[in-house]
Amino acid sequence: MTSQETASFLKGEVFFCEAEREGVTRKRMAKEAVKYVWEGAIPLQIYLHKSDVASHPAPPPALVLAPRIGYLPLLIPLIKPYFKDSLPPGEDSIWFDYKGFPLKWYIPTGVLFDLLCAEPERPWNLTIHFRGYPSNILIPCEGEDSVKWNFVNSLKEAQYIINGNCKNVMNMSQSDQEDLWTSVMNGDLDAYTRLSPKLKMGTVEDEFSRTTSLSSPQSGQVVAETDVAGQVKTARIPVRLYVRSINKDFENLEDVLEIDTWDDISYLNRPVEFLREEGKCFTLRDAIESLLPEFMGDRAQTSGEERSMDDTEEADGSRETGEIKLVRIQGIEMKLEIPFSWVVNNLMNPEFYLHICVLVKAPQR
Amino acid sequence: MDSAREVSDGRLTVEGFSVAARTFADRWKIHNQAFPPWSWIPLINRTLLVSNKQEEGYLSLEKIIILSSLDEIPEDESLNVATDCSEKEESIDHTILVPTLENEPHYYDFHIVYSASYKVPVLYFRGYCSGGQPLALDVIKKDLPSCSVSLLLESKWTFITQEEHPYLNRPWFKLHPCGTEEWIKLLSQSSSSSGCHMPVELYLVSWFSVVGQVVGLRTPLQMLN
Repeated sequence: MTSQETASFLKGEVFFCEAEREGVTRKRMAKEAVKYVWEGAIPLQIYLHKSDVASHPAPPPALVLAPRIGYLPLLIPLIKPYFKDSLPPGEDSIWFDYKGFPLKWYIPTGVLFDLLCAEPERPWNLTIHFRGYPSNILIPCEGEDSVKWNFVNSLKEAQYIINGNCKNVMNMSQSDQEDLWTSVMNGDLDAYTRLSPKLKMGTVEDEFSRTTSLSSPQSGQVVAETDVAGQVKTARIPVRLYVRSINKDFENLEDVLEIDTWDDISYLNRPVEFLREEGKCFTLRDAIESLLPEFMGDRAQTSGEERSMDDTEEADGSRETGEIKLVRIQGIEMKLEIPFSWVVNNLMNPEFYLHICVLVKAPQR
Repeated sequence: MDSAREVSDGRLTVEGFSVAARTFADRWKIHNQAFPPWSWIPLINRTLLVSNKQEEGYLSLEKIIILSSLDEIPEDESLNVATDCSEKEESIDHTILVPTLENEPHYYDFHIVYSASYKVPVLYFRGYCSGGQPLALDVIKKDLPSCSVSLLLESKWTFITQEEHPYLNRPWFKLHPCGTEEWIKLLSQSSSSSGCHMPVELYLVSWFSVVGQVVGLRTPLQMLN
């Protein structure tokens, strides 16, 4: 597939046309999607904060390609050489900001970008600090160890949600855990694909695979409880939802005002209860609705989708219930009708969490 | 999932948490008057993202003063805890303030928050000085009972950890939930009056009788009846 095909595939357009294709092609496309996610990266232009500049002239910004599924502190070994000659003496306590807004280092880089840049900015201009860590706002970061601990902790939590216990992660040998972490740090999908089956994460069948009787579910998918007859009923899916709420109407994303504080973002770390009903497909819309019922009332609309005849009535409805303007996962603007199982199986992060960024227009109260 | 009347697997639903929180707060108010009461903070005050169907929230107990004069009061095995009466004269009558030593008093906030992932409650806490400066973990350790300090030393990452509060965007300390449902199951099995099952409303009372001890807050026995 060309990258353009891959891109429109992931936007769900090609996906629905492909529904009639044979299983082999679909399996290949799914592998492409995961590869696309792992290879996703954001170009960063990183400036040294002026209070940390002890040289004249100030050093030029560092240009770094940051993996979407990675974390900012892991980039420090790449960035520091640019600036080490300019730093004042003393110990480093490194943190990043975007237009003055301190960045939470334990959120994957791609998610930060999708959430904070309503209109994607390329390169993404960030500022790095080596002093003055805002420890009243950010939890401390002791380099790679902290990032790794955060990753393993999230993995345990995800496994608990999916399997009902985290014993597989806990029982993993030290060297396997190390290797798994290293594969994520290095963006090595092959190594990760070899190691992740050891986690024995349960699986959720892709709802399209089921209807065309594809072979067994692929590794790295997510699980369901079965009842006596073996019919899949419900599953819990690890989701982290980041909601940015805008009070005013806007035409273009670039008109969206900057965020001042993390209090402007609602963060929800809550599993989605995935319901399997015969003849019905559980969509991304259903998943988000279960987490944000206020925004998905009967008359709530999503921008860009077809509106019904009585527009004025719809407008009143959305004023009461709020309106979802945008849903972004791995940098892709999602159509809400996509089967949630596909989204989960293809777009989740290596720790088995699905990170969803949502831009909403707040309901008028 | 409907909210079960009884807990048999050590876990709570979100509705069960609200029910258990009410019972816990009510009993605390009656039997533990040495402390101020716990407040229920509805999530609707904190985020936009609240389901209209149920009132979700967390329990909060704030501005508890912990003093360093631990060794001098032998009959009380928990920490010597007093409350901050200085500003809130209209609140309930509490124990008298024990005079402070050369070290200034440390204030503590405690939040009992429901974890949707693990389906158990989690204790978050933080310490600070009168000026509001947060206390580091090694300072807090000195305020904790000595048994939890030794557990802390054994496993740095799996006991008390510093994480972001799920709703307040600030660093707090958290008591790690792994294993909670196991010992809750043990507790419910050993409670002979109700066989193997624990009524939902008693969940937090039982839970806190164990967890509270880690941070020096004792649960009076009368609360458990």
